[in-house]
Amino acid sequence: MSVSALKATSPADAAVVFDGVSKHFPASGQSGAFTALDNVSLTVDRGSITGIIGRSGAGKSTLIRLVNGLEKPSSGKVLVDGVDVGGLDEAALRTLRRNVGMIFQHFNLLSSRTVFGNIALPLEISGMDKRAIEQRVRPLLDLVGLADKHGRYPAELSGGQKQRIGIARALATEPKLLLSDEATSALDPETTQSILDLLKRINAELGLTVLLITHEMEVVKAVTSDVAVIDHGRIVERGHTFDVFTHPKHETTRALLSGLPGSKLPDAVARALKAQPAPGDRAVVRLTFFGAAAERPLISQLIKSVGAEVNIIAGTIDEIGGAPYGSLVVAYGADAETSGRAERFFAENGLVTEVLGYVA
Amino acid sequence: MSPDILLRIGGATVDTIYMVAVAGLIGSLIGLPIGIFLATSGKGELFPAPTLNRIVGLIVNATRSTPFIILVVAIIPFTRLLTGTSIGTKAAIVPLTIATIPFVARLVEAAIREIDKGLIEAARAMGATPMQIVFKVLLAEARPALTLALTMTAVSLIGYSAMVGAVGGGGLGDLGIRYGYQRFMPDVMLVVVIVLIVLVQLVQSAGDGLARRFDKKNRKT
Repeated sequence: MSVSALKATSPADAAVVFDGVSKHFPASGQSGAFTALDNVSLTVDRGSITGIIGRSGAGKSTLIRLVNGLEKPSSGKVLVDGVDVGGLDEAALRTLRRNVGMIFQHFNLLSSRTVFGNIALPLEISGMDKRAIEQRVRPLLDLVGLADKHGRYPAELSGGQKQRIGIARALATEPKLLLSDEATSALDPETTQSILDLLKRINAELGLTVLLITHEMEVVKAVTSDVAVIDHGRIVERGHTFDVFTHPKHETTRALLSGLPGSKLPDAVARALKAQPAPGDRAVVRLTFFGAAAERPLISQLIKSVGAEVNIIAGTIDEIGGAPYGSLVVAYGADAETSGRAERFFAENGLVTEVLGYVA
Repeated sequence: MSPDILLRIGGATVDTIYMVAVAGLIGSLIGLPIGIFLATSGKGELFPAPTLNRIVGLIVNATRSTPFIILVVAIIPFTRLLTGTSIGTKAAIVPLTIATIPFVARLVEAAIREIDKGLIEAARAMGATPMQIVFKVLLAEARPALTLALTMTAVSLIGYSAMVGAVGGGGLGDLGIRYGYQRFMPDVMLVVVIVLIVLVQLVQSAGDGLARRFDKKNRKT
């Protein structure tokens, strides 16, 4: 939800709109009163995969639970398909929930039910008859690749398989919106990737809007088209995932991004880094390049135009939402002349730079 | 031992089984919903009624902390009202049932509270009604624990049923006291104890076996 996307999408067209939502929890027991969300406004575009990222305790769990009414906002409105969730009575809320799928970090499968039985549960709850349930569940088993496991119990399956059941169960009622609550946080990296691929496929094939919360930048990078960064109950940054990754503005976003492989400086360099240059020092600069810039021989051109030694300290080439993206940390003389030439080169080539510090 | 005594032991065994079965059945039927209520009526739970929850909890505690033998004597008027008598097998069923209800209720409550709260949240997110959550999630998931709870109830009842013998309740306990103790027939006492041990063993093994079959969580394939 970049600002432009917000303008382009009228709230009525959006899958979910948070409009000035706050949530306070009153003091209870040992815990004092607590503001989980503070005046949050956010739009989730129909058909998008939107990520909400934040550290634990940032308020993201509360935010996603407002969408299907598991939590009620203290003030403000949450609109799902234009309907104010806070204004629904219990019966209407149950109808809405039957049209919003949800998957969980710990899967929350019934241990007493088979794979088939778990996927059938939401259909039984909505009062569907046995034959119709059978017809609905079979293709879902195929979709998540567990057709041969339909008679097994969750305890007999791996974490990734359990989450696949969770996804199939969430899709059983053919919802238009899928909520994902840290769905990959309990999985290993490889399994995480396969679950994310499945979410992507569902999004593309079924046109499902996915709203996911996570504390892992990897997840946001791999699947989302839009992202919002939440910190202490406030949205501190939002936009298209590519823009946020390549031009992070808020400190929290930068901190979360620094956890990504390739964006960390080698320890020796990080320790030697100074805020101010001394004569003869070298500037350590992060270059971010994407689109056409990623395909030009930038390094050799940089060395030619700077006319001095350029060291490569760290680097990574990656994709965000299918767009190529590179990040390179280089060091060159911090003297005015060299720096000036380098800056001119960066400007001419449309590179985003960030001076990280100086080393001797 | 004379055939007459053996016949009496047989009869007393049937009486004991009868008392345990009837008191266990009625007590569980009443105790189960009370246990479900206790487990789901706290603040912010499925059927929030914290005040009633506390009151019911208090009554359950009071009944459970009354020594059984005192309960038997204390409710004699009620027993007489219900069965027309205060001695014998039929009369013994009344205090046994009354003692079973809170026992079952607490065990059921504990079994349901063991269930992962995430499952309740998932069911709510599916649009389940509180009743659907009770039947499709809580009772289904707690089935192994509930089976063990009912087994434990039956075993306790066998012990209690021997105790009502002390006040003329009929059954094996009654026989043991009248013949084994009062008439100095240690062999009768021994047989009575052995029959009780066998009964408890049978009930426990059956319950354990059933619970294992219901348990899909810790199963080894």
